[in-house]
Amino acid sequence: MHLASVDNDDLNQQLHNTEYLNDLRQQMIKFAVLQLSSFQQAEDVVQEALTSAFEHLKSFSGRAAFKTWVFAILKNKIVDLIRQKTRLTTMSELFDDQESDLSIDELFDKAGHWHKYEAPQAWQSPEEMMEQQDFWIVFDACLNHLPAKYAQVFMLREMIELSSEEICQKLELTISHLNVLMYRSRARLRECLENKWLLEGDCLC
Amino acid sequence: MLTCRQATQLLSEQQDRQLLLKEQSGLQLHLMMCRSCRRFGKQIKTISVLSKAYKQFDVDEDPPK
Repeated sequence: MHLASVDNDDLNQQLHNTEYLNDLRQQMIKFAVLQLSSFQQAEDVVQEALTSAFEHLKSFSGRAAFKTWVFAILKNKIVDLIRQKTRLTTMSELFDDQESDLSIDELFDKAGHWHKYEAPQAWQSPEEMMEQQDFWIVFDACLNHLPAKYAQVFMLREMIELSSEEICQKLELTISHLNVLMYRSRARLRECLENKWLLEGDCLC
Repeated sequence: MLTCRQATQLLSEQQDRQLLLKEQSGLQLHLMMCRSCRRFGKQIKTISVLSKAYKQFDVDEDPPK
């Protein structure tokens, strides 16, 4: 594969920038820890992904950002690792999660209808949202705001794209428990994105 | 008639499993009359799209020069 010389220069600069690489590695570890609930395993899988990336640099087309490419490799490594394991540690086993139970009761009134101020507002399209500067920082913040056990199932389902059956099997959850965890994660993430992003700057005064 | 709470739970489950016909018709009936739940349904799909794109873009951190 032939790299355009400009991209190649950029890439070379990135790969020789220790600060950039350290930062990338930290981000990857953070991403992996949430799903594997093990720092050791997360470090190992990130190391594997980075090694593999460097070994296959030639097949990197340079069209996508280097980071995008490395995260795609990491995602595949995590899926492989999870599929090999018969069982994953759940985040609730690592943390006392009495405080981390998400309730969505306050979103609805006693009759089960949306509270006036909690009812969803109109959003832009995903494409428009992604184009906004800082959007991903807000998305990241909202994801980190979820209690760990919710973030774990949410990421396994929506980012790693495991099936519900697989997640239930690996985490030893019943399907109805998983449904509840997913429902609360989505409702909370939705609410957080709306409050932190879409309504900010909208002065109603 | 479903409450908004029940309708949003079904909308979430619809992302992960095929709903039963009975659940589908109940949900459709509710959505016809409820703009807030229609938005909720659209937005959790948006969140799913965004999640797949998450970490796929170089966000803020251009490598320091």
